[in-house]
Amino acid sequence: MSPNIINLSVAQHASEQQSSKQKMALAIGLSGLFILVLALVNVQFSNKALWLGISLLAMVVGTIIYANDLYLHHPAGIKNNGIWFKSLTSKGTLGWSISILLTLFYVVIYWYPQYLGFHADKENTGLIALFDPLSALLNGHTATQWFVYGTLYTVAILALGYKFILKYRHSKYQIVRTISVMFFQLAFAFLIPEILAKLNPEKAYFVKDIKNMWPLNYYMFEDWHLKSMLAGGDLGLFMLLFGIAMIFVISPVLTYFYGKRWYCSWVCGCGGLAETAGDSFRHLSDKSIKAWEFERWSIHLVLVFVVVSTISVIYSFLSNNPDQSIISRDQFAYGAAALLTAVVGSIFYFKRASLNKDAQYTLAALGVILVCTLLLNYFWGSANLYFIDSYTLRSWYGFAVGAAFSGVIGVGFYPLMGSRVWCRFGCPMAAILGLQQRLFSKFRITTNGGQCISCGNCSNACEMGIDVRAYAQKGENIVRASCVGCGICSAVCPRGVLKLENGALENRINSNAGLLGNDVSLVAMLENHKKTERKS
Amino acid sequence: MQHIIIIGNGIAGITAARHIRKLSDHQITVISAETDYFFSRTALMYVYMGHMKFEHTQPYENTFWKDNKIDLQNDFVSSVDTIHKTIHLKSGGTRAYDKLIIATGSKSNKFGWPGQDLPGVTGLYSKQDLDYIEQNSANCKRAVVVGGGLIGIELIEMLLSRNIATTFLVREKSFWDAVLPKGESELIGRHIREHGIDLKLETGLQEIVADQNGRAKAIVTDKGETIDCELVGLTAGVSPNIDFLKNSGIELGRGVKVNRYLQTNIEDVYAIGDCAEQHEAIGNRRPIEAVWYTGRMMGETIAQTICVSPVRYNPGHWFNSAKFLDIEYQTYGWVFAQPKANETHFYWEHPSGKKCVRFVYDTNTRAFIGINVFGIRMRHQFFDKVLTEKQSIDYVMEHLSAANFDPEFFAKHETDIKNAFYQPL
Repeated sequence: MSPNIINLSVAQHASEQQSSKQKMALAIGLSGLFILVLALVNVQFSNKALWLGISLLAMVVGTIIYANDLYLHHPAGIKNNGIWFKSLTSKGTLGWSISILLTLFYVVIYWYPQYLGFHADKENTGLIALFDPLSALLNGHTATQWFVYGTLYTVAILALGYKFILKYRHSKYQIVRTISVMFFQLAFAFLIPEILAKLNPEKAYFVKDIKNMWPLNYYMFEDWHLKSMLAGGDLGLFMLLFGIAMIFVISPVLTYFYGKRWYCSWVCGCGGLAETAGDSFRHLSDKSIKAWEFERWSIHLVLVFVVVSTISVIYSFLSNNPDQSIISRDQFAYGAAALLTAVVGSIFYFKRASLNKDAQYTLAALGVILVCTLLLNYFWGSANLYFIDSYTLRSWYGFAVGAAFSGVIGVGFYPLMGSRVWCRFGCPMAAILGLQQRLFSKFRITTNGGQCISCGNCSNACEMGIDVRAYAQKGENIVRASCVGCGICSAVCPRGVLKLENGALENRINSNAGLLGNDVSLVAMLENHKKTERKS
Repeated sequence: MQHIIIIGNGIAGITAARHIRKLSDHQITVISAETDYFFSRTALMYVYMGHMKFEHTQPYENTFWKDNKIDLQNDFVSSVDTIHKTIHLKSGGTRAYDKLIIATGSKSNKFGWPGQDLPGVTGLYSKQDLDYIEQNSANCKRAVVVGGGLIGIELIEMLLSRNIATTFLVREKSFWDAVLPKGESELIGRHIREHGIDLKLETGLQEIVADQNGRAKAIVTDKGETIDCELVGLTAGVSPNIDFLKNSGIELGRGVKVNRYLQTNIEDVYAIGDCAEQHEAIGNRRPIEAVWYTGRMMGETIAQTICVSPVRYNPGHWFNSAKFLDIEYQTYGWVFAQPKANETHFYWEHPSGKKCVRFVYDTNTRAFIGINVFGIRMRHQFFDKVLTEKQSIDYVMEHLSAANFDPEFFAKHETDIKNAFYQPL
């Protein structure tokens, strides 16, 4: 052991320092951002299209130059040096500041878009007006705050996706996956819906992003949205039918074969932003057992909330618009009760053994309450299947979950709680896919025998806050509802211990304890001991 | 209920404690002077590099120990009195034990180099070493690391992350060539230089020179070259940390001598992990194995012996892994630097020069003996089974894709490897 000597140095870690090229890149990127700030304070640009182009280009080019200089001068490999030293990525002043700015930006965009220059009844001003030419080009209308947001969101995923690809360029899985989220954001979430809107100018708004399925898109079955889709011709009907097929067929099948990652880290826009823009913050997720407990309650309560709210909303739509419906409200009430019973019942019947006692009780209680309340109200002839008026319910949900949770906290808190705050604690889509991944899927992260050295890189890198090491060091496979299959745990493992796999359902979680290095006979002995323990 | 004292809270001692708790209600006390809580020593480098914080190296939450009634005591055991079955603590007290498990790990080797104890000279083993390096590298422009093994390359990688120029003194002809055959050793040597590290092969340390304040300011190599530096890392291996056991009556060699049941010559005193030395080597393994997983296995074994019935320590087929900067290394079965008389080596290297595989098999029976693999991940379970079932090299070649453990979409090399192997000469 070495003697302790007091450190008198005030020098910064070298990893805080930037090369001159990186500083130049920052300057270019920030200039691009500054143009947006100028627009926000109502500087009048004579040629909006040109200045918006310059602004977006400068941000993208700045990011590209920065990333090139940061990564390409070193051999490919894990690039996490200093993430826990840098102010931005270790909850330092810079991290807090960015978090506050992002949060405020979301508050404004959701509830005070007029501050950004959005005016429903007159010409746009400020930042929103700067985007008018691009909006007109793509969808034929002037810009809204959501168009501005969508554009910036897409630019962020593309530019920082490029950075991510360079950072993980030694991993083909990461490259392919990132190209996938970049593609789905650019084409499916951004360009195609805008262009479809332009081609159908007279139709009322409905979601045209086919990957944005219920319950992530919580207003899918609200009356105004259903009416828009039903009045939206072939396209509207397609979106409605495809949306229902996504929920009941496509998504369950894909999740069975590949786990929830097919959606959460390959397709989803929220996941796309988390994986690219959020990558620098992934290690900030809380790994404690307490956080895991909170997560299980929080995400499943949101799921219950959205199910209740959606059932109520559809029921009142069917009550009020019997002529527009292909099913009656009676059929729907029985159907919903039957579906809920079937889902809860089949989990209970087939998979009870893989749930702990708490989960069993909660699931059973919730299932009974949901079905009984629904039927009781139905037979009472109440217009509200869940007591509360369906419009009140859905507006609460829209405010609390749709806006405050997914946007304000979901992205605003990246630099404080990691990049998957929303996905982990709030997304009802992730909750459904997670239940299925945990209980009915071939996906798992395989642990490679006894090679784990408990270093903790995997847990540290997990954006979902899974303590991956706790499983790996026991030689156990990782089968967790929350795992989005980003594959970074596998990438950062210095001993080649973790591999994302789709395999047989048998022994999916099986412990590789025999390979922790013990002689086979010792394992047999341990098992015998366990058996006698169980008997006694 | 007995009182079991475990000296050392590393992987061996802590695994023993956890498994004794699983199997019994004995009173368990774990004593360490290094840290309050168990941490993963192998992750110290990542703390310095800023990948993780120190608390992230702790695999269990701090409440775990109390919840499981494992008492932790931060103290230094200065001596052991085996006659009265007590230990003496540096803080002054004594503790009585019914069973004593020595799991004190290793300390860095020093070979009597002039200046080896100067300020600015350090090993890399303990939490204290990490703190020392943190404190002494802030204004460091160049560091010299002496000793080309796994710890040396870790220290080099750490310094590299802080943009500190490094000189790497390696006594051997090629990096780690006592363990690695020529192909692998040269591949890693190239990779080390690719990172801009000044790798000096066939060069040893002559002495460390002090400045007027008595701090290391330079080293002199055995070739007479003087290299100015602010930090010197001595990473020429480790040896058992057992000085406190002198005069205890416990039989010592380089480590604490134990039989296959991990018992010392004194009843109720056991030794596990890095500090234990087998009377006779097990198979091709060394009598002292400073390896993470053997510490874990010995911990499990001793718990069985103490709580259930005596179990022989039987470590199974050899395996190991490491990472050299960006290149991962795994090995299963035995691969020696030089082929033995009955062995044939087959070496395949990817054109990139960053991936390679070496297969060792019996020339006559074609039985598979071992594999070294760099830059490709392989499945432990597969090779463990192959070795247990004594399968042939041809079986391994045929099932190579089942052995692959690389992530999805990674380039596959099985066909190239097979073709190269079966290529007519």
